[in-house]
Amino acid sequence: MNFDDTPQEAEFRATARAWISANAPKQYEEELRKSSLGRTVLKNADILQVAKAWQKKKADAGWACLHWPKEYGGRGASPIERVIWQQEEGPFGQLSRMFIIGHGMCGPTMMAFAREEHKRTYLPPLASGEKVWCQLFSEPAGGSDVAGLRTRAEKDGDDWIINGQKIWTSGAHYSDYGILLTRTDPTVPKHKGLTMFFLDMKSPGVEVRPIKQASGASDFNEVYFTNVRIPDHQRLGEVGDGWNVSLTTLMNERSAIGAAVSTGFPELFEYCSSLMLDDGPAIEDRAVRSKLANWAVKASGLKYTSMRAISALSRGERPGPENSIGKLVAGSMIQDVATYALDLQGASGVVSGEDGELAGRFQAMLLRAPGTRVEGGTDEIMRNIIAERVLGLPGDIRVDKDVPFNKIPTKGRN
Amino acid sequence: MNFDFSDDQKQLRDQARKFLTEKCSPKAVRVVLDGKAPYDKELWKGLAEMGFLGVAIPEEFGGAGAGHLELCVIAEEMGRANAPVPFSSTVYLAAEALLIAGSDAQKKKWLPAIASGEAIGTLALFEGKGNPAPKNVKLTAANGVLNGVKKPVADGAIADFAVVAARAGSSGREADISLFLVDLKAGGVEVKNLTNLDPTRGQAEITFKDAKAEPLGAAGEGWSILTQVLDRAAVLCAFEQVGGADRALEMGRDYALDRIAFGRQIGSFQAVKHMLADMYVSATLARSNSYYGAWALSTNAAELPEAAAAARISATQAFQHCAKNNIQVHGGMGFTWEFDCHMYYRRANAMALGLGSLTYWEDQLIDRMRKKNAA
Repeated sequence: MNFDDTPQEAEFRATARAWISANAPKQYEEELRKSSLGRTVLKNADILQVAKAWQKKKADAGWACLHWPKEYGGRGASPIERVIWQQEEGPFGQLSRMFIIGHGMCGPTMMAFAREEHKRTYLPPLASGEKVWCQLFSEPAGGSDVAGLRTRAEKDGDDWIINGQKIWTSGAHYSDYGILLTRTDPTVPKHKGLTMFFLDMKSPGVEVRPIKQASGASDFNEVYFTNVRIPDHQRLGEVGDGWNVSLTTLMNERSAIGAAVSTGFPELFEYCSSLMLDDGPAIEDRAVRSKLANWAVKASGLKYTSMRAISALSRGERPGPENSIGKLVAGSMIQDVATYALDLQGASGVVSGEDGELAGRFQAMLLRAPGTRVEGGTDEIMRNIIAERVLGLPGDIRVDKDVPFNKIPTKGRN
Repeated sequence: MNFDFSDDQKQLRDQARKFLTEKCSPKAVRVVLDGKAPYDKELWKGLAEMGFLGVAIPEEFGGAGAGHLELCVIAEEMGRANAPVPFSSTVYLAAEALLIAGSDAQKKKWLPAIASGEAIGTLALFEGKGNPAPKNVKLTAANGVLNGVKKPVADGAIADFAVVAARAGSSGREADISLFLVDLKAGGVEVKNLTNLDPTRGQAEITFKDAKAEPLGAAGEGWSILTQVLDRAAVLCAFEQVGGADRALEMGRDYALDRIAFGRQIGSFQAVKHMLADMYVSATLARSNSYYGAWALSTNAAELPEAAAAARISATQAFQHCAKNNIQVHGGMGFTWEFDCHMYYRRANAMALGLGSLTYWEDQLIDRMRKKNAA
């Protein structure tokens, strides 16, 4: 048992570290290091431009999408090399946020289902960040129940005509392309009538509207489709096989290994270490210490769970199912941590933003936290996944499983 | 990076599991649970023959000379099987104390006897309520004899010898505490069995009346040695707790698949599924924290104090959580004496206290994290 790199890993790490040290946009390092949850904002620069420039620089030197094949803009690196890169990239990895969906979900789906000429055309600029992609699955009527989606695709000659609405689309407002899950046959059970496409987000009839979130920020969008035409050669997988195609996408969403998950704990520990309460330092307070200790072992438990998965990669094995706990644990933890940090501030905890304690860091965390427990699979869906795929418990009883989609009761919401 | 046990160590784990499945069935555990024997002597003998008792004891002292990672995988299986033997007292506490502080003669006397299964040892630290703290040690040492009362002492009624924490000075400082070795079969020792949460592992009250004792380690070093022993035992116990948590989770999962109510497997209800998923989460966090503890223990890393406290807290929580909810999944049947669920519930809650309670270890963890940050 050890934490040491193999000689090859050490060599790769040294090469990566040297390149990053020579090329990273260091002027933003401090700001990037401090952004802890959800939103990365730079005071004096457009984050999108900084991110695109960094991504392009990496791509030109062969450091973009490391695990992708070279012909599609990657490096053909092993999974462990990808993890080592992430570790070395450190805070500059924050700049990859806007590419996560494209690189982590759209790219792999294209690789598995697109025609060869499309892969060669679309994947390299996706890898280099010159083109940004989004994923258009969720709908007002289909969140956790994605297969309940209603956006229609109807065949018209060699094209498909799209009508409907998507929601919670990250980055749609700056995306060039998207992968889109549609319903092509409403007369068969819901999972069987779906088909996947990719499309140009600048196509006529696509309208992107930002969602104002409960936190006040806008990171997501609604996307409306009105008679949008997609050529049939942009179909991904067979007609009616969209559900299986989407599973490829979603599996990739949940397989990000080695990516640090925010728990809020390091921030809280640091805060408590210097905070004075009415009757002494917070860190000396019995109740505070007990809370901190309980969160500390969750944070370290996640860290070492991730190390175990990385070790499996290092041996060339597939990591076990234990990594599926990360989002579930971290999501609710960061919410509890933020709530407690405010509690420690007493009445002044109500003051947020620049006027607040630590420029409102924990207040911002609190307001963003509900989203972390919903996006990318709600806590409840994550528990279902652990129960069914890890523990082997029965799937939920689905009363609409064998019912034609257009016969499923909707309570009038169509 | 290879933050995992080696193939050989995993093989040893399989071997231990196979052995314990055969020799330590729930039926065998119940013989001790029902008070028909103080511990499972046959199993104890078998563990010695397998070389498990001395796995981390150097060859020169009659052990296998393997190491602590090997001991960790065996500990996990002991916890999974709920083994009714004085393994933790003898191997994690007494043997570790001897390995850290024993003289050559002391090691030669006791370690081979531990490895061969001839001697049962324990640590006599507590004196009634309270967590490990120098001020809670009232038993006195003077002129080579001990006077005072220790309770509870795990496996005290069946132990042949004890490592005893005693007050040998009156300066009011930590340096007043020294450790002693006492042959419990010699004179001046009275042992009384105490009823306890987990009858598969006894607890005793030991009264020392001018009991002859020899120093273990340098005078005044007692507390520092004891702290190291507790840290090492915390990691090893964490593996037992992880094994127990896993077994409780499996029992709950199996029952949820088997039991039909309202016309379907109860494991198809989300209330049950989510409870089991949460058990998996805490068991996984505990396992990962314990692996880190194992790494620190086996390499004698500077991180050991922090890693041990984290493993202790995480594994204690996980075992308690899994054992408790295993009963809940079983419903009424889980609350019968006949079903095995309560054995894990008892063990989980007894183990949560044995080396000091969660409150103590939470405090330790924060102190140690602060120390690290300050350094």
